[in-house]
Amino acid sequence: MSMNRRTFLESVAAASAPLVIGVELTRVATTPLTPVALIVNGTSRRFEIDPRVTLLDALREHAGLTGTKKGCDHGQCGACTVHVNGQRVLSCLTLAMQVDGKRVTTIEGLSAAAGELHPMQRAFIAHDGFQCGYCTPGQIMSAVALLHEPCGPGDDDVRECMSGNICRCGAYPNIVAAIQSVRKA
Amino acid sequence: MHPFDFVRAEAIPKALEAHAGRTDVAYLAGGTTLVDLMKLNVMTPASVVDITALAEPALKRIVETSDGGLRIGALVSNSALAHHAIVRERYPVLSQALLAGATVQIRNMATVGGNLLQRTRCYYFRDTATPCNKREPGSGCAAIGGYNRLHAIVGGSDHCVAAHPSDMCVAMAALDAVVRIRGVRAERTVPFTDLHTLPGEHPDIETVLEPGELITSVDLPPLAFARRSRYLKVRDRASYAFALISVAAALDVENGTIRAARVALGGVGTKPWRLPDTERALANQPATDATYRTVAQGALSDAKPLQFNAFKVDLARRAIVKTLRAVGAMT
Repeated sequence: MSMNRRTFLESVAAASAPLVIGVELTRVATTPLTPVALIVNGTSRRFEIDPRVTLLDALREHAGLTGTKKGCDHGQCGACTVHVNGQRVLSCLTLAMQVDGKRVTTIEGLSAAAGELHPMQRAFIAHDGFQCGYCTPGQIMSAVALLHEPCGPGDDDVRECMSGNICRCGAYPNIVAAIQSVRKA
Repeated sequence: MHPFDFVRAEAIPKALEAHAGRTDVAYLAGGTTLVDLMKLNVMTPASVVDITALAEPALKRIVETSDGGLRIGALVSNSALAHHAIVRERYPVLSQALLAGATVQIRNMATVGGNLLQRTRCYYFRDTATPCNKREPGSGCAAIGGYNRLHAIVGGSDHCVAAHPSDMCVAMAALDAVVRIRGVRAERTVPFTDLHTLPGEHPDIETVLEPGELITSVDLPPLAFARRSRYLKVRDRASYAFALISVAAALDVENGTIRAARVALGGVGTKPWRLPDTERALANQPATDATYRTVAQGALSDAKPLQFNAFKVDLARRAIVKTLRAVGAMT
């Protein structure tokens, strides 16, 4: 596995485990793990998971695709937005078990080829549509889906259709501009 | 989230069998209510039966019925129903109500059956640290003496004043929809306004569904004047917020006189609130502002405002006037 922040921290934790002395871990009975197969960004992935695992956690923790973000984990912020069978949904309120055999597209799966950006991603950069970037994958996944949904032509229509994605940095004006630029292209 | 067994049902009889009428089993469709409440440990089923893969095609279809009405499969998504051409043309109040609710992502996930059964947004219900007779019968109601700005002014009891949150349900109540239900033994139909129950002494019971029963469709009766209808939603934010007040109204107007009316309110009741007295008061009156104001003033005379939601009475009356005015102006 290539080294990134997450893998580095995991290796440090593993290395320091022998230093924890005299701690007994009680084994707690858990639900038997159940197999599920997801098609993520065109690749079939199999997991053995507790039924409680959400699609969001399956993507981030089991598939290692951390582009999709956990904002509120209750369906109220939109940061976890992904596409399932082409429709935008909230992965935090979807159980991974329900998506067995379905096509899941995450932000990592948007570009057609390695290194190339989707036109919506280019537009977000060109129009400065993000600051901290945390809501951005969800914003872009929603925006890309919006392109093939019924949505009126005006900025207010875009705001309404994007109302499920919040941005605490307040990049909204530029997000709307980015989306409109792609729609009018 | 408490642990549970996950079962995927591939056909209605299998789903009914997997549920078996047990009270610790939940059906899972869109998940926008169930998964949310399971994360809060408000709902703790031991078994979850996934019904999204049910094979019966009618569950995911919207078809015209022989009498000119519309049969809507229970697994149809909220967004598919909102954008359906026949719904937009013949029952615009329903399309508007659906689009006024939640967000695009949630509407893509949420099903018609699930929308009927969504639970209240009362924050005391959603917080297991506070007393709630709906969540734990007999534990008390924190809203009655608490911060009850968002709660109901009609249909409440000493045990519960939680408002019903759905927009779609208000429109369906106004349209006199009929709910089709499948149980192990039989199929039955329930008029929409009878589906949801008042909290009374048992707020934990919210509908007339028996444990294990599955909603299979909602039928809209043919109603020619439903074309002349509108949904108005008043809320704290411009989007993605539940109603403080909402109004679903339809008017049958001929030569400037109202022949018939349908009016239902959201945000005020413990269930979607039809206004039969208001409808009767509108009949045979001229379709004018004076009529709307007079009739609206007579609405909600039975309201029992709480400490923090007395504003809803006047707000609802004004919203009724505004909606009737908009419907009256439609051609």
